[in-house]
Amino acid sequence: MKLDSMYQDVILDHYKHPHGRGLRDGDAEVHHVNPTCGDEITLRVRLSGQTVEDVSYEGQGCSISQASASVLNELLVGKDLDEARRIQETFLELMQSKGRIEPDDAMEEVLEDAIAFAGVSKYPARVKCALLSWMAWKDATAQALSEGKTA
Amino acid sequence: MTILLPGLLDTEAIRKDFPILDRVVHDGKKLVYLDNAATSQKPRQVLDVLNEHYEQHNANVHRGVHVLAEEATALYEGARDKIAAFINAPSRDEVIFTKNASESLNLVANMLAWADEPYRVDHETEIVITEMEHHSNIVPWQLLAQRSGAKLKWFGLTDDGRLDLSNIDEIITEKTKVVSFVLVSNILGTVNPVEAIVRRAQEVGALVVVDASQAAPHMPLDVQALQADFVAFTGHKMCGPDGIGVLWGRQELLEDLPPFLGGGEMIETVSMHSSTYAPAPHKFEAGTPPIAQAVGLGAAVDYLTSIGMENIARHEHAITEYAIRRLQEVPDLRIIGPTTAEDRGAAVSFTLGDIHPHDVGQVLDEQGIAVRVGHHCARPVCLRYGIPATTRASFYLYSTPGEVDALIEGLEHVRNFFG
Repeated sequence: MKLDSMYQDVILDHYKHPHGRGLRDGDAEVHHVNPTCGDEITLRVRLSGQTVEDVSYEGQGCSISQASASVLNELLVGKDLDEARRIQETFLELMQSKGRIEPDDAMEEVLEDAIAFAGVSKYPARVKCALLSWMAWKDATAQALSEGKTA
Repeated sequence: MTILLPGLLDTEAIRKDFPILDRVVHDGKKLVYLDNAATSQKPRQVLDVLNEHYEQHNANVHRGVHVLAEEATALYEGARDKIAAFINAPSRDEVIFTKNASESLNLVANMLAWADEPYRVDHETEIVITEMEHHSNIVPWQLLAQRSGAKLKWFGLTDDGRLDLSNIDEIITEKTKVVSFVLVSNILGTVNPVEAIVRRAQEVGALVVVDASQAAPHMPLDVQALQADFVAFTGHKMCGPDGIGVLWGRQELLEDLPPFLGGGEMIETVSMHSSTYAPAPHKFEAGTPPIAQAVGLGAAVDYLTSIGMENIARHEHAITEYAIRRLQEVPDLRIIGPTTAEDRGAAVSFTLGDIHPHDVGQVLDEQGIAVRVGHHCARPVCLRYGIPATTRASFYLYSTPGEVDALIEGLEHVRNFFG
């Protein structure tokens, strides 16, 4: 059944048991919405030098958007910024592939659980759900960095 | 098993008119189209007219003396006659073609923005809408309020999905210039009590605008009986093509109110210093209009009339009653909106436990069932009921009890999948 390619067990597991959910202290906070469907996320980033110390979030939305935020937390917290950015860019590339990218071992090594979202990239209406938290993270990180400079 | 309900149309015959309903999706699943509040499907009778228009009669309208120009003009203006008759307009000149209901509502808001007394909306006046409006009947009034300084007020909703008119005398006051509300809600399905609102609006001399987008396709629409000043609706929800909408307005208002869009077709004479305007409806139809689309809407109106709007309303009432009953059998399902079929249209919104509507819609789609998920361009309604979004099934003249059953089975799959 094709649905299983979208709703991988990994995704459903993250949806039912999200990692790092809830808002904690952060250096910057953003609120992103998906206006077509009403998915929302409030996300905070806390940096420690060049390390992603915490990504906390609160939001409402479908299983894909919620699971994606959970995977993001699991993947990015503790990474240094360069590596976190590389993961974000790789995830973006996968999600924008319209299902044409067959993830290889190298990609799987970078994305870990996030590789499960490969199937979602075949559903244009759902790509935005998967990307919501990742775009919010990128935005919040940029804000945290620019605020850090001016401070 | 065929389910017989009183008042059903002969859907077997009707469905033969709609080629798309024979489609199969997702490797052989029969399409169950329950997204009619978003847009209706188009019968062969309309598709043929569109095709014939472009193959045989295509020309610009109201200009040129050649045979095609005359044919195209006669067809375009003939469509206006058909629509005037369909809504019982006192005059064909009161029917303005737009591109959709949003444009119709924006047109009214902008006529009032530029109007002189007694219609002028300014910082001393008030605009009234309701909390169950589609965004297309909220945002144009917010814009008008922001630009004119007028105060925007609205009717709230009761817990069972109806308008709360208990404070009607405080909402609609002597300061109210215009009251704009939806006849049938696209998200709740509620049919609103026009008479009570119109009576109060008339008491204070306010204009009444009715958004009939979800009414015109589904029930007899009589603009004289409504006693409104403006009525807006769109073609694509009533078997017509997209790109065509209608604004009906009372003749004396259309004469008094200023044009909004300027351009070709809407003028009488033009000099470099000033222009004079054509009489309504042309005053409000700047530029080349959606010609084939208007002709197509005329054909749609012919089609609906041949079946009978009373008959369509009766059919949908029976389907909706059945759907509400069956949906209430589904565990954890909560209907957002009236839970009876009385004073109710054929759009039924619901939530299913904690399962997000996106996920509901995705799993239904996999079974060939097309529903709408999200906030349905009526986000204030979702906020009012404390929900992020709903799943909405909406029915039309070709919908069958079997399709309701397919939905119920589909929802069982959804529950199992996420259970």
